[in-house]
Amino acid sequence: METNTAILLTMLIPAAAAIGNLLLRNHANLRDSMTLGAAFATFATVLVILTNVGNTTTEAFSLLTVFPGLDIAFNVEPLGLLFAIVASGLWILTHIYGVGYMRGNNEDNHTRFFASFSLAIGAVMGLAFSANMFTLFLFYEMLTLSTYPLVAHKGTPEALSGARTYLGILMGTSIGFLLVAIIWTYTITGTLDFTQGGILRGHIAGPMVALLLGLYAFGIGKAALMPFHRWLPAAMVAPTPVSALLHAVAVVKAGVFTMLKVGIYIFGIDFLAETGASEWLMWVAAYTIIAASVVAMTKDNLKARLAYSTISQLSYITLGMALATSMGALGGGMHIAMHAMGKITLFMCAGSIYVATHKTEISQMNGLGRIMPITYGAFLIGALSIIGLPPLGGSWSKWLLIIGAADAGQKVMIAVLMVSSLLNVAYLLPIVGKGFFWPAEAGETPAIKESPTLVWLPPAITAFGCLLLFFYATDIRDFLMPIVGGTQ
Amino acid sequence: MSAQALHTARTLSDHLPVLIIIIPFLAAPLTVLIGSRRLAWPIAFGAALSSFVISVLLLLRVLDSGVISYAIGGWLPPIGIEYRIDAANAFVLLLVSAIGTIVLPYTIQSIKSEIPERHHTLFYTMYLLCFTGLLGVVVTGDAFNVFVFLEVSSLSTYVLVAMGAQTDKRALTAAYDYLVMGTTGATFFVIGIGFIYAATGTLNMADIALYIQVHGTNRTLETAFAFIMVGMGLKAAVYPLHLWLPNAYTYAPSAVTSFIAGTATKVAIYVLLRFMFTIFQPDFLFEMHAVRWVMMPLAILAMFAASLIAVFQSDFKRMLAYSSIAQIGYILLGIGLLSTTGLTAAIVHLFNHGITKAALFMGVGALVLRSGSSFYAKIEGMGKVMPFTSFAIVIAGLSLIGVPGTAGFISKWVLVQAAIEQGYWPLALAIVGSSLLAIIYVWRVIETLYMKQPADGWVKQEAPLTMLVPLWIMAGATVWFGIDTELTMTAARTAADGLLHGFMAGGQ
Repeated sequence: METNTAILLTMLIPAAAAIGNLLLRNHANLRDSMTLGAAFATFATVLVILTNVGNTTTEAFSLLTVFPGLDIAFNVEPLGLLFAIVASGLWILTHIYGVGYMRGNNEDNHTRFFASFSLAIGAVMGLAFSANMFTLFLFYEMLTLSTYPLVAHKGTPEALSGARTYLGILMGTSIGFLLVAIIWTYTITGTLDFTQGGILRGHIAGPMVALLLGLYAFGIGKAALMPFHRWLPAAMVAPTPVSALLHAVAVVKAGVFTMLKVGIYIFGIDFLAETGASEWLMWVAAYTIIAASVVAMTKDNLKARLAYSTISQLSYITLGMALATSMGALGGGMHIAMHAMGKITLFMCAGSIYVATHKTEISQMNGLGRIMPITYGAFLIGALSIIGLPPLGGSWSKWLLIIGAADAGQKVMIAVLMVSSLLNVAYLLPIVGKGFFWPAEAGETPAIKESPTLVWLPPAITAFGCLLLFFYATDIRDFLMPIVGGTQ
Repeated sequence: MSAQALHTARTLSDHLPVLIIIIPFLAAPLTVLIGSRRLAWPIAFGAALSSFVISVLLLLRVLDSGVISYAIGGWLPPIGIEYRIDAANAFVLLLVSAIGTIVLPYTIQSIKSEIPERHHTLFYTMYLLCFTGLLGVVVTGDAFNVFVFLEVSSLSTYVLVAMGAQTDKRALTAAYDYLVMGTTGATFFVIGIGFIYAATGTLNMADIALYIQVHGTNRTLETAFAFIMVGMGLKAAVYPLHLWLPNAYTYAPSAVTSFIAGTATKVAIYVLLRFMFTIFQPDFLFEMHAVRWVMMPLAILAMFAASLIAVFQSDFKRMLAYSSIAQIGYILLGIGLLSTTGLTAAIVHLFNHGITKAALFMGVGALVLRSGSSFYAKIEGMGKVMPFTSFAIVIAGLSLIGVPGTAGFISKWVLVQAAIEQGYWPLALAIVGSSLLAIIYVWRVIETLYMKQPADGWVKQEAPLTMLVPLWIMAGATVWFGIDTELTMTAARTAADGLLHGFMAGGQ
């Protein structure tokens, strides 16, 4: 298959699946299997692209021209391809999990749910393969809009207000800051194409570089940089499959992915390093890492705790970019995959606990580990990967980030990453500990058993994935090498 | 153009500038004379459609070969009345005739439930007169002729608004308010024209412009300018002069609101543009002050104050009315920047917002057909009852916010670019800041439509096709012009260039 056709297919298949969902709204089994088929097809198409181009960067091809010099255009480059592989691969598992979850929980409006879900994946694919900032922005907004119905899904006042926060912050930052930054860039450079080494050199200087970077960094609200992080906990009112795929993988990773793209292809790592414009961003990211971890410790609601953990972990990636070193950017890129695998495991386990017991608060979960060993086992593995312990995937990206910080001579940042790991231990492991070792609450345990197969199997698979990633980390690093100008 | 050339201009296509007016103007009394309810609509639609086709031809010709001048009755300007078409008015002609034509099929079902049957024939007469008036204002190159057509359109609009009285008696007071304020505006305008005539001895726009170029301005002309600005400002609902608009839009029949919301204020803005740039010209120092210290602050005030008021409305139609006032602020801001990019933004937004608002008001009208009212409390859960109508409203709503992929985004992009080009950072932030308010007021509607439960005993009941198809054409257009900007941006840029660099330069 032509690579360019394949790129379009990765967007069209999920979009067609969304329409198919609407058409098949009265045939639940057919509808859900059709979506599963679409998920497999999307993943296969992404793999076709991978075998076609490997980690080279392809020529951009323009779908149509909106303004002179502003095209809706796509191309393949390693970072985007990695993101597309992660998102489409995990879509398969999440869809299986989602069907089990939505049915196991007797949620309403399945059709709207799965249709919006497919549409969101289509937007992620478009975002991953965008060849310029304009196209990326288009899909960025599409992603926000298509996930709104998912967050507001339950229709309760609580869900509606959560969804309002979600939309308000994401659209507020993207239109209020990001759009201004993009138009500014376009006005001074006359292009928005992602270019190795950046496009801004020679067009802007002095404190204005830092200001523009600020507009970008805070404008990319999906990266959840403090103080624009509130939407992520608010989005946790969504059903768990949404939190799992979209708010641990697709949406938040779209944010940090955009951040890396801006750092690498708009500013250019070297340009950032020379001007020192990202120095302040490093500190904001460091603050977010620590502060979000501290807040996570205070949360008793499991999903809220995981949400703050995500906020903290996302800033690892922003930090990687802000360090303005090759290793930092590589570590950031790799962390997209590592954290995705770990965090989706944790969310799916949280959903599994909810389906089986309808419990949401950590303090009520004592002793559940002995009843639900698979769920808790998977949770433990996911948690260890997030913490960054070998032999799990998360250890490598953290390793690269620390090397990146050392390259940049930022000793404080090394300390931040270390302290953050300790904090991760403090807020993640007690959940597992209480599950296995604390006595269960009297009188209610016999009624509870492990969740349905469709619900526990996917997290078990992703937990295994965390383990696998540890051994394939070098491959991922080599795969990403070209984004920092490496040859491999 | 020499007399010889004029008299050889005998093929039909040479008469297009006047045919665009004549056809609907003759069709209007025809509907009364025939007096048949069944025939009124086909006549109106035929006339509107031919005007629409002519406007497309005119725009293509203007973009291709420059300004068209047409002397009415063969009386050469400046003695006779001249119709003069450049990119700016060809583009506005297209907007007006397109909306006027697309709304017509929509009227069939819409007025059935909102206007007494015995008035249906007259409705189409008035509709055609209003249509003609608006086109006439745009097409003419004669300052007094602008006033004449303006009154034709205004008087018929008052009647059209008052026709909403069957649904809500307040339509009568709304029409009366509009009549009083609209007439005040027109009077100011005609006083301004009078002063100009006194000072220059001519009413032909190109001639006045030439006079001012040669002799400079004087107090009389400056006073005329002030009168015209205020008079047209009233018509265009420039912020503190907007008081007639919310009630008129809210209580007029849905079909009427859809038509005038997309066209009437836009035409008034076109007249402002024409007088500011063609007749008085940008280097008219006195005007610069008026623009910088009066127009821009008012524009920003409109963007925020009217948007804020829109946020707190509980009636969908009324919310849209206030949003219109805010959007006019954007257009004025673009004008106020006095640069090619700024003017382009203003003109392209004039078009983009016209189609967006027309789509939205058509959507409301379709909702009202089933729910009986446009209050938020009455349209809860309509996303289930009328999925196609509701989704079209969502699309047009996104364009109102300026989400990428919609027409609203294009105008916002150009406007922000214009502000940044000149280094007006606070303006760029004000533009996006006001968009954030738009998110709030649009999202209230989307939440109401989709996230609430419809009243008990609801059944799925879509709007009739005659309403759905025009609605979707318009909603589709907001997406189309958000992706393919070839036509809109080329026309707007050419128009902006023409306005800034002289009516004279492009002619003959």
